[in-house]
Amino acid sequence: MVISGWGRYKKIDSDVLYYTSEKTLREIILKHDNLIPIGNLRSYGDCVLSDVAVSSIKNRFLIEFNEKEGILSCKSGVLLKDIIEVFVPRGWFLPVTPGTKYITVGGAISSDVHGKNHHIDGCISEFVEEIEIMLPDGTVQKVKKGDELFKGICGGMGLLGVILQAKIRLKKIRSKNIIQRTIRTKTLEEIFQAFEKNRKITYSVAWIDALNLESRSVRGLVMIGEFSEDGDLSYPTKSIFNIRIDMPSFILNNPIMRAFNSIYYLKAEDSDRIVDIDSFFYPLDRIEGWNRLYGKKGFIQYQFIVPKKYSFDAIDEVLKTIKKDRVYPFLSVLKLYGRENNNFLSFPLEGYSLALDFKVQTGLLDTLSKLDKIVLKYGGRIYLAKDTLMSREMLETGYIYLDKFRNMRKELGAMKKFSSIQSRRLGL
Amino acid sequence: MKYILIVGAKSDICMALAEVYAKNNNNLYLAGRNITELEDFRRDLNIRYGVDVRLVELDVTDFNSHKRILSSLNPRPEGLVYCAGYMTDQKKCEESWEETLKTINTNYTGAVSITNIFANELEKTGKGFIIGISSVAGERGRMSNYIYGSSKAGFTAYLSGLRARLHKKGVHVMTVKPGFVRTKMTKNLKLPPLLTADPEEVAKAIYRSQQKKVDVLYVRGIWRFIMMIIKLIPERLFKKLSI
Ligand SMILES: Cc1cc2nc3c(=O)[nH]c(=O)nc-3n(C[C@H](O)[C@H](O)[C@H](O)COP(=O)(O)OP(=O)(O)OC[C@H]3O[C@@H](n4cnc5c(N)ncnc54)[C@H](O)[C@@H]3O)c2cc1C
Ligand SMILES: NC(=O)c1ccc[n+]([C@@H]2O[C@H](COP(=O)([O-])OP(=O)(O)OC[C@H]3O[C@@H](n4cnc5c(N)ncnc54)[C@H](OP(=O)(O)O)[C@@H]3O)[C@@H](O)[C@H]2O)c1
Repeated sequence: MVISGWGRYKKIDSDVLYYTSEKTLREIILKHDNLIPIGNLRSYGDCVLSDVAVSSIKNRFLIEFNEKEGILSCKSGVLLKDIIEVFVPRGWFLPVTPGTKYITVGGAISSDVHGKNHHIDGCISEFVEEIEIMLPDGTVQKVKKGDELFKGICGGMGLLGVILQAKIRLKKIRSKNIIQRTIRTKTLEEIFQAFEKNRKITYSVAWIDALNLESRSVRGLVMIGEFSEDGDLSYPTKSIFNIRIDMPSFILNNPIMRAFNSIYYLKAEDSDRIVDIDSFFYPLDRIEGWNRLYGKKGFIQYQFIVPKKYSFDAIDEVLKTIKKDRVYPFLSVLKLYGRENNNFLSFPLEGYSLALDFKVQTGLLDTLSKLDKIVLKYGGRIYLAKDTLMSREMLETGYIYLDKFRNMRKELGAMKKFSSIQSRRLGL
Repeated sequence: MKYILIVGAKSDICMALAEVYAKNNNNLYLAGRNITELEDFRRDLNIRYGVDVRLVELDVTDFNSHKRILSSLNPRPEGLVYCAGYMTDQKKCEESWEETLKTINTNYTGAVSITNIFANELEKTGKGFIIGISSVAGERGRMSNYIYGSSKAGFTAYLSGLRARLHKKGVHVMTVKPGFVRTKMTKNLKLPPLLTADPEEVAKAIYRSQQKKVDVLYVRGIWRFIMMIIKLIPERLFKKLSI
């Protein structure tokens, strides 16, 4: 089966194997080398690509829910969407969620995902109490928060074993509604100020209009929000729009996107609004298969983070570089992050991150290598879940616990057993 | 809340069907061989939908055990879905009596044995439903699949007669002809996408049609048309074809 990450830039023909029982999974692991666990293929690059992939998507069962403490045990193939559908009506929500609900619990843990509340709550691993994983030798191990292995698995990109199930602490909510405020900004300084001023607010994120960059002006919308207390816990499933085929890539082009961004910016109101979970957390999920809008060649998301001290300078330089090179991202998202955790390969650190979606086009790779230099210079790192092109140097300077991770892989005998194109490229 | 009994519950179609019935507030008995393999699924349905789900160990070809096992179910199920089935290569059936017998016993004799028990019971209570998963393969014997086809033909005829009998007593009997479905049974076959349904689509169609008391369900309407043509071909021509 031909598979790719969400960016659809690299594609390979891979043997995808499924399991629902430990027995089947063990047989698969013992039989194959260079195997990569996969979830719902929502990471962007080549971390999900290898000749043989073992998918947890059919291992999609809820195991137990402790209503008093809000602790959910479930199998690794459960989608965040399922957790929301079942538990929002009972007053519980995900403690941390990325910008899509179509990812698996296994994928969430392996990328140690973060959401709009990272500056307050940290990554998903903060809320993971226990993980059950099948190791390279086919044995199943229970791993608890605080264990060395836990630090390797969370953010470990599926390179230590296949996560079978996990215990996650959910978050109590009194409503499915979020009170959202949109702050319209005209410069990069204003965006940063808005984040800092509102850093006590649980959720925040900013959209940047990187297609209409003027010399001093950077138009942006900073969106902040808190759950409402209004008691409305209904979660109706809505119909979604589905794109099943590759769109001709000229549909997303600079003039159209420039106009779209202007309208989006000008239409936004500086005001409070009540919005539901789907509109606040998952606006892109409304169009299933939106990645096909970028056409056959796909797109690349470049997401980096830089320590707070240098965040402004780095992001300013990056925006200037793409403007100068005239390589424009169609989507640009800026976010504030809180304290770094001590998982070996977690992406977040205290500072700001910028995520840029580029259509694959001539000149892109040159520009991206210029961005790499900027990120390196300011001591930043690139998110492995989004990465397709990073160099070893970039990885080694960005991730300070890398050696611990590599040693752990060797000790577990995971080097040969589990690997992806990404891990081989980077020597992970 | 009423209980529905699903026989052959480990099949992909049944698991999708169990999910739909659970979602619509029905408790379930899931019956089949080595049924404990469904323990994860059972718990999942219970947490998701708050329904009671019980597993019942049952071999549909072990006829002598049926009465004992089924009469022990308490509370009594008010609906039965018979979905167990067996299909192997036609050639294998031609060469092995065992394979032939297994096909017939799973698709027909076992189906009749189990359905009979419930038919008599529901007839007395005057409510409930029986759903039999048969197949379009039962509409005309083709050289490439007539052992399986004839067992399904038998089941279809049985359901038709049963429907007429129970209709008068207020019990609904539905025959389902799924057409091609992407399941374990067909995973090695190359199926035409337009004619092939996913288990979820089949399950939703079955639930909706049962609510509407449909008699014979073709999951994708095109199959009714295809089978009409196949049935219209005169025998003297049909025997020359190798379909
Ligand atoms: C629209 C969109 C928005 C996003 N927003 C965010 C965001 O805000 N924050 C954020 O952090 N991320 C975000 N992401 C990225 C996404 O959350 C991660 O890439 C996530 O890991 C995808 O999970 P998945 O189930 O699709 O796993 P896959 O993409 O299939 O796999 C991801 C990684 O997890 C490993 N893995 C998967 N299952 C298992 C398992 N059972 N055991 C061991 N390893 C496993 C794989 O080997 C791979 O390395 C976004 C992605 C999209 C498409
Ligand atoms: N797939 C199609 O294209 C298609 C088309 C038309 C009709 N159908 C019919 O749909 C039904 C479901 O089939 P499916 O496609 O979902 O295939 P499947 O997954 O192979 O399901 C068949 C089920 O029957 C069970 N079974 C077989 N022998 C049994 C026995 N002696 N006792 C108890 N259970 C037994 C199997 O259990 P085990 O796991 O224990 O073997 C399995 O769960 C069948 O009746 C089939 O004929 C399927």
